[in-house]
Amino acid sequence: MPAPAEPVLEARDVVKRFPLHGPGGHGKEVHAVEPTSLALHAGRITALVGESGSGKSTLARMLALAYPPTEGEIRLDGAPVKQARTARGKRAYYRQVQMIFQDPFSSLSPVHRLRYILSRPLQLHGHAAGRPELERQILDLLNRVNLTPADQFIDKFPHELSGGQRQRVAIARALAAGPKVLLGDEPVSMLDVSIRLDILNLLGTLRDDEGLAILYITHDIAGARYFADEIKVLYAGQLVESGSADAVVEQPRHPYTRLLLESAPDPERDGGLLDEPEVVDDEETLGEPPSLVDPPAGCRFHPRCPLAKPVCATAFPPRTHFDDGQWVHCWSYDEENYR
Amino acid sequence: MNASVRGKHSLRRLKLPPNPKVRVGIAIFVFFALLALLGPFVVQNVMGLSPSDVDTTQAMELPSAEHLLGTTATGEDVFAQLVVGSRISLLVGFVAGVITTTLSVLVGVAGGYLGGRADSFLTAATNVCLVIPGMPLLIIVASYVQGRGGWLTVALVIGLTAWPWGARQKRAQTLSLRHRDFVSAAEMTGESRWGVITRELIPSLAPIISVSFLGAVVGSMFADAGLSFMGLGNINITSWGSMLYWAQNGAALTRGAWWWFVPPGACIALIGVAAGLINFGIDEISNPRLRKPSKEVRARARAARLHAAAGGSAAKATAGKSAPVQEAAS
Repeated sequence: MPAPAEPVLEARDVVKRFPLHGPGGHGKEVHAVEPTSLALHAGRITALVGESGSGKSTLARMLALAYPPTEGEIRLDGAPVKQARTARGKRAYYRQVQMIFQDPFSSLSPVHRLRYILSRPLQLHGHAAGRPELERQILDLLNRVNLTPADQFIDKFPHELSGGQRQRVAIARALAAGPKVLLGDEPVSMLDVSIRLDILNLLGTLRDDEGLAILYITHDIAGARYFADEIKVLYAGQLVESGSADAVVEQPRHPYTRLLLESAPDPERDGGLLDEPEVVDDEETLGEPPSLVDPPAGCRFHPRCPLAKPVCATAFPPRTHFDDGQWVHCWSYDEENYR
Repeated sequence: MNASVRGKHSLRRLKLPPNPKVRVGIAIFVFFALLALLGPFVVQNVMGLSPSDVDTTQAMELPSAEHLLGTTATGEDVFAQLVVGSRISLLVGFVAGVITTTLSVLVGVAGGYLGGRADSFLTAATNVCLVIPGMPLLIIVASYVQGRGGWLTVALVIGLTAWPWGARQKRAQTLSLRHRDFVSAAEMTGESRWGVITRELIPSLAPIISVSFLGAVVGSMFADAGLSFMGLGNINITSWGSMLYWAQNGAALTRGAWWWFVPPGACIALIGVAAGLINFGIDEISNPRLRKPSKEVRARARAARLHAAAGGSAAKATAGKSAPVQEAAS
């Protein structure tokens, strides 16, 4: 699939290493994200898939300027974002880029009413002048995220709402700034399954109707297929595969992607739910994600990989491109070196 | 229409808390505040009493209609002293409490939230002030000042020596809030650091801040009374502390003149009680979850419960009874 012309928000070769503290940790670092590039386009949802500790949230938080990348740069509308130290610089950035947190129970301050929570971004970004206008915009936001009747919700406290309703408030707060980019850090993983679809559909509507660029971070690759245009798979801080959502799910090229897909229940797959899945029958073979303090050399997946060859332990594989825009980092597609 | 909605909104905020303990506490505070504000005028100009008129013919008299709380060893009216002295005592307590709380919130919250070099500096300053023993310092400074500058000096001295403990406490609490998602979310809506401190952290810390404010007010009144009692304040100003000083000086206790030292002592104790009672209610303000739903909501929940019971299923009714608040919230 050809990518639209200019990305709205882009991470170029960003790296994040956290220094370790405490006894035995001196001079060591957690290699959370290795050189990674990621582009978000208007009107598209990019899913970033990986297991816990793969660096998904670190990447999102770098994009949200929560901490600066160790190396590399973030570009907004093609211009590099200087790590804005001033409140004004950050505010200008957050007018374009907003984040939705994983846990709606901790991301809303318990002491404020929805009216206040939603009025702050409107005031800070100068979208509303005067009280009647502010009130109108808050009601409008609540309507946009389907919290109706809005005039009943506006004076509620977060604790009076359910998890799904709270997440809608969090989305409304993000929308209040009028951003072009939404960063969703596992926005539905804390919600009941019955509510997830509602929230995902809401985000899908925002993409279609308002042309938002959305980064959707998840560990649920099946959900990502339903919802995203593009899937990128992250393993231990390295992107290993990328492509259109359908291509990655239907034709996974990286062994890790296959592992992820096989560990997700899928009634349509051969064998179905009721039979014993073939690959995950032996939990031992799945292994553990690697330590990021002392990551394995070469391809970081090689200790768990069923296809591992000697070359995998020595160097990170180059990118192999396929016709449909899908690409993968795996030696098994490099005929010469993979023997 | 909008204005009326807003009016209702702010009225709801000002409503008296339903908790009876809090009401009693507030009533005591309001009583003493009115006493301090209006009392001296009423006593001196309306009732024509003086707190300092010496009349040795009427020394050490028991409470009577003429002298409601009796007289001192030099024949001053204890009631007049008590009322006039309340103003100075409350003023010192209030001003010193404001200074203490403001300093401790600024130093503690700013240090805890900003972290890094600012935090190291503020923590070092706090620790230095912390290891200087408070009361001896207070005594030294007060005896040097010797009552010059009146009550304001006393309030300043108390306020400027009492803040470090509060600062440490608020810093610790801020550290636990600093990495909560709602603080990050405020940062990511573009709130400035000062905005995060004043709009997110301080409201969340409101219970601790108000508890420590009340504590600081009462503590400052104690300190003021203590200094005066030791004769280090300005003993010529009438305050509850100086009343106790003169009572002790006049050997009121050994002479059984309870009317001389019990009233000022009881007043100080009452204010301490009021502060304690109000603290019960502050938790409800900062944690809306503890609030009872309004009467209207409770009535609706009860109606729903009755409806469920009338439906015939006893199990339904008990389920409704066990969760009226949830019902009201949903």
